[in-house]
Amino acid sequence: MLSSIFLSLFMSFNLHAQSTIKIDGSSTVFPITEAMAEEFQTSKKGAVRVTVGISGTGGGFKKFCRGETDVQDASRPISLSEMESCRKAGVKYVELPIAYDAIVVAVNLKNDWMTEAAVPDLKKMWSPEAQGKVTQWDQVNAQWPKEKLKLFGAGSDSGTFDFFTEAIVGKAKSSRGDYTASEDDNTLVMGVANDRFALGYLPLAYYEANKAKLRALPVKNAEASAKVKSVLPSRETVENATYYLARPIFIYVSEASLKKPEVREFTEFYLKNAAEIVPSVKYVALPAKAYTMSLEHAKKNRVGSIFGGKEPIGMKIEDLLKREASM
Amino acid sequence: MSTAVLQSERAQVLDMRANIRRRQWVDLAFGVAGLLALLFALLTLLALIIDLAMTGVPRLSWEFFTNFPSRFPERAGILSAWVGSFAIMITTACCAIPLGIAAGVYLEEYASKNWLTGLIELNIINLAGIPSITFGLMALGLFVYQFQLGQSILTAGLTLGLLVLPIIIVTTREAIRTVPNSIREAAYALGASRWQMVWDHLLPYSSGGILTGVIISLSRAIGETAPLITVGALTFIAFLPHPPVMAEFPFLSFQWLKDPFTVMPIQMFNWVSRPQPEFHVNAAATGVILLVMTLVMNGIAIWIRYRFRQRLKW
Repeated sequence: MLSSIFLSLFMSFNLHAQSTIKIDGSSTVFPITEAMAEEFQTSKKGAVRVTVGISGTGGGFKKFCRGETDVQDASRPISLSEMESCRKAGVKYVELPIAYDAIVVAVNLKNDWMTEAAVPDLKKMWSPEAQGKVTQWDQVNAQWPKEKLKLFGAGSDSGTFDFFTEAIVGKAKSSRGDYTASEDDNTLVMGVANDRFALGYLPLAYYEANKAKLRALPVKNAEASAKVKSVLPSRETVENATYYLARPIFIYVSEASLKKPEVREFTEFYLKNAAEIVPSVKYVALPAKAYTMSLEHAKKNRVGSIFGGKEPIGMKIEDLLKREASM
Repeated sequence: MSTAVLQSERAQVLDMRANIRRRQWVDLAFGVAGLLALLFALLTLLALIIDLAMTGVPRLSWEFFTNFPSRFPERAGILSAWVGSFAIMITTACCAIPLGIAAGVYLEEYASKNWLTGLIELNIINLAGIPSITFGLMALGLFVYQFQLGQSILTAGLTLGLLVLPIIIVTTREAIRTVPNSIREAAYALGASRWQMVWDHLLPYSSGGILTGVIISLSRAIGETAPLITVGALTFIAFLPHPPVMAEFPFLSFQWLKDPFTVMPIQMFNWVSRPQPEFHVNAAATGVILLVMTLVMNGIAIWIRYRFRQRLKW
C-alpha cells in the first residue's frame, strides 16, 4: 500500500509535461527574444512555455551544440570552432538575422577636442600594442591634451567586444587589456559620464537611454585627415549602412527542434512580429524584405551559416539579403 | 616621619593620579574610535538602504508581486522570481535541515573523539568558508550532468542545501553544547537510552539555538546568485512551476521540482543591466523586498533565541 503511494508520487514527476521552448545565448539579443517570448506566451495563453537565459553568445553556443537548447541568441555569426562542435554533435541549424545593433564610441560631454572618431585613431588607442604605452591623449594626436587617457569597453566574453576589436584592430578578440572592462554597459556609461578624459564604446541602446550624459562621436573609416564625411550613429545611418560600427544580430534555430510544432510556430511568430517588436525594445529592425526572406529559409529548413565564421563588418543590408538569397 | 619622606609619598600619589588620568584618556579615546568605526559602518549601510528605499519603495504595488517580467518596465513584476526563490528555499530547507541537525547531533553526542572525527570537523569548518561559486560548479557537474536532474528547482535547492549545510551543522553543535552535562546524566540516571535523551531533552532544550542557525543560513541562501547562475538559472520565465497540489489522486505533485526557475537576485541583476532607467527602479524595488525578507528572517531568529533563553532556566 505504502509503496504504491510512493510509486504514484514518483510517477507524477513525469505527468502532464507542457511543451517548453528553451532559449539561451547573448545578452544583447535577450531584450528582443524576451519580448517575443512574452508576446508568444500571451498569444498561446500559457499552452507553451518559453524560457530565456543569458549565457553569452559563446556560452550559449556550447549548450546549443550539445542539443540542450532549441534556439540560440547570437550577437555575431557562429564561429568556425562552434560550427565544428555542432557538426560533431549532429546539430544542424537555421541562421536567421533578426535586427541590427550598432556600437557607439562615446566621450564625456566636456570633451571639446574630439569631434570625430577616425578608425586609425581608435586603433592607436585600442590595439594590443598600445597596452602600457599609449596612456595619454596627446600620444594619439599631438593636438589633444596632455592628460591621462581613460578607456572603457566591453568585457572579453561579449559579442560587442569581438565585433569592436575585429572592426577597429582588424582581428577579433585582439585588444589591449589595461582598460576598464565591464559586461554591464551601465558601468561604462557611468565611467565615461564622470570623467572628462574618458572614451568608451557601448551598444546603441545604452547610448540612446543616456543621451544627456554622453556625446557620441561620428565615426569614419579613414585617416582623420582624409576628406571623408564621418557618420553619427542613428537609426537611419545604421539602416542605410553608412555607419561603420553596425552589425546584424541573429537567432539560430536547431533543425531538430524545428520538427516540434511549437518551436516552428515560435520561429515564424518571431519573424512575423520582428518589424514591430524590434524597434520597441530600442534596436534597429531589418527591412521587411529580410524578414520575409528569413521566413522562407525557416520554412524550407535551410541549414548552415552564410558568414563562414567571420564578422560581418560594414555589410550593407542589401549584401546581407543577397547572401541570404544565394544560399 | 621626616618631611622628606612625606614629600616623596605625596609625589608618588600625584604621579599615580597622572597615570590614572592618562589611562582614562586612552580608554576614552579607544571608546570614541570604536564608536566612530561603528558609525562609519552603520551610516554607510543606512545611506545605501535609504537610497535603495527612496528609489524602490514608490514602485512597490500589488501588481509588482503578481506580474511576470515584461519588456514594459511599468508592467514588469517579480512573480516568477519570488515564487522561484520561495520554492528553492523550501527545497533547501527540506534537504539541509534534517541532514545538518542529524550530522551535528552525531558529531557532538555519538561520534567517538578520534582522528577521523577531527578530520571531519576540520573539513566542515573549511566547507563553511568555501566561495559559493565552487558549490555551483560542483553542482553543475554532479547534479545537472551526472544525476541528470537538469537545470531545475531540485538542483538549485540541493546546491544551496549543500552550501548552508556546514553552517547548520556548526550552529547545531554549538547549541547542543550549551545544554549542561547534568541534564544528560539525569536522563541516563532515569534509564533513558541515548536516543531518548537526545530526542526528549537535548533537542528541545537546544532548539532555540538550532532554529536561529537554520534561519540565518536560509537568509544567506536567499541572496545567493553565483551558484544558481552556474547551475543554469534562467533570466526570463513568464510561467509558474507546476502546482504542488492536484485535484486527482495522489493529490500531491512533485512535478514542480523538475521545473526551470529564476530567483529574485537574478531578476534584479538583469534589470540593473538594462539601458532604460525605469528598469533600474524595478531593480531597486526588488532589492527592497529582498532586504525586508532578510531582515524579517533575521528578526525572527533573534526573537526565537530571546524566547528560548527566557523559558529555559537551569
